[in-house]
Amino acid sequence: MSADIVIQAIISGLLMGFVYALIAAGLSLIFGLMEIVNFAHGEFLMLSMYTAFWFWALLGLDPLLSIPICAALLFALGWATHVGIIRHILQAPMLAQICATFGLAVFLRALAQFLWTPDFRTVLNPLSEGRVELGGIFIGTPQLVASLGCLLAFGGLYLFITRTETGLALQATAQDRDAAELMGIRTDSMFALGWGIGSACVGVAGALLTTFYFVFPEGGMLFALLAYVAVAMGGFGSILGSLVAGILIGLVESLGGVLVDPSYKHLIIFVLYLVVVLVRPQGMFGRF
Amino acid sequence: MNAQETTQQPSTIPAPLRAALAEPTRRPTPMVWRGAGGVLAAGLLVFPLVVTSPYPQHIMIMIFLNALMAQSWNILAGYCGQISLGHAAFFGIGAYASGWLFATFGITPWAGMVVGMVVAALMAAAIGYPTLRLQGHYFAIATLVIGESVQIIFLRWETFGAASGIWLPIVRDNPFWNLQFHTTKAPYYYIILGMLVVACLVVWVMERTRQGFYYRAIREDPDGAASLGIHVARYKVQAFMLSAALMAMAGTFNTQYLLVIDPEVDLALIRSILVVLVAVMGGAGTLWGPVIGAVVLVPLSELTRVYFGGTGGTVDLMIYGVLIVLICMFKPEGLIGVFHRFFPQATPTVDDDTGDTPEGGPA
Repeated sequence: MSADIVIQAIISGLLMGFVYALIAAGLSLIFGLMEIVNFAHGEFLMLSMYTAFWFWALLGLDPLLSIPICAALLFALGWATHVGIIRHILQAPMLAQICATFGLAVFLRALAQFLWTPDFRTVLNPLSEGRVELGGIFIGTPQLVASLGCLLAFGGLYLFITRTETGLALQATAQDRDAAELMGIRTDSMFALGWGIGSACVGVAGALLTTFYFVFPEGGMLFALLAYVAVAMGGFGSILGSLVAGILIGLVESLGGVLVDPSYKHLIIFVLYLVVVLVRPQGMFGRF
Repeated sequence: MNAQETTQQPSTIPAPLRAALAEPTRRPTPMVWRGAGGVLAAGLLVFPLVVTSPYPQHIMIMIFLNALMAQSWNILAGYCGQISLGHAAFFGIGAYASGWLFATFGITPWAGMVVGMVVAALMAAAIGYPTLRLQGHYFAIATLVIGESVQIIFLRWETFGAASGIWLPIVRDNPFWNLQFHTTKAPYYYIILGMLVVACLVVWVMERTRQGFYYRAIREDPDGAASLGIHVARYKVQAFMLSAALMAMAGTFNTQYLLVIDPEVDLALIRSILVVLVAVMGGAGTLWGPVIGAVVLVPLSELTRVYFGGTGGTVDLMIYGVLIVLICMFKPEGLIGVFHRFFPQATPTVDDDTGDTPEGGPA
């Protein structure tokens, strides 16, 4: 096996890693705020992919141009999920919290299959097409664009959370709900905002993924599974942890596929995850 | 009894833990309800003799099978509070153990079932010792990942037929020994009913013994339970093993009923999810909750299939999804809570405080 293939695998892994990181960051943001795992995260991603697909199929709008639309719609969906469901189960036992988002996931996936059939769909001739060559290494343009787009969105999210007043209010709510309330922060609005932003993350990622990935009702499941692993591995609630874990997962997936066996690449990630949480139950950057 | 002694110092014990440990105040079940129960039991016993067409019998078999799976999950999640999202793995272990031994060596599925239950219990112990240290969502996601991993492994394992699974050889003689009945569904009906009764008896006994009190104490307050001298890790693993063994039993039955093992179906994530939904719909942490959940959800899915034809496979899931969200929002204790409100006299155990503790989340 030549070194070229390994370098190629590292670069592709890195590119996918940024996509995983953005999806995981959205999940992590919501969990950090209110200790609720959104088990419908993958279905939100799937809906974003369908949104981008239908804007392309019906109106001819390229997925890259529909990113703001997808992000806005997913923000609204996340906000509505909080107002419609999550707000009412904040005091419920954990089992009810898990099953509420699980039920939403089952519903959305079945709805997608009912409305749009289980067929795989693809966007043809997207703006980002072809490949670029860098010293013998080939990178698919859609992957490169998606990766950079996710990295940009991640950077924007990070700056928003650490540099703006609203972001600091979000952090304060995550740290201590009651104290934040006493400081005059409306925590319920913060929760809704968190759900909106967390879902907008998959809105951006979904539109970008459509340029090189199939759109189908179960299309979000694998990404969500990897995002849960990334969030648990990086530490629930840690945005930086999801970046590191997302990149790690992308690298392991890509290198495992090349060096071991493509059908075991996810098994390797799962084993790695189990080792990490068994050594550090709170994840790499988590706080208990 | 230990539970009695611990209630002597109420001031130091958190209220939910006290409730879980306290001897339940049981009223004898009124004669009306005993009579109704007797009539129902007799009806279930003669059902296949009266209704001989295969379709209603099939629906009843599916109700019992789903109730059995939900009941097994209930022991670990409902009573002990450890939410597993990967129970399909144990279902698969039971299916593969009996199916593979029968297809390869001609060993009776009854023996294969025992092997499957033992292997599933050992696997639960091996998984449980490290992962049950994880709290709340961390355990749920770990089991989700383990369930997916088991599917990936079996999809590739040539010994067990890899992705094509195992087709069981058709044997026409000695139906009971070979656990294959080709002319009637009635024997399957009685076997799965018997298995469900066993699972319910296990839970019934557990509710009334020390294990049951310890499980509930661990669910309500793990730290408090540990401070009272309950060996939390041991009882969590014990609940996990019991739960896995019963799930494996369901796997064996399913394999013998369909005579095929398909890793894409038997080990699928959706199976793990449906098990959770059935139990939560009926009422997790109660004896009858999983049964009620199956009685409601299985006919619902059959009905939607009848009315919506080919796409019925997703209409039932849409309805499931909405129902579960509504249950979680408005009746977290499940449909059994509705039943108890309308028939309070049919509620023999009143200590069970499932679903009303805000501290139920991760520590």
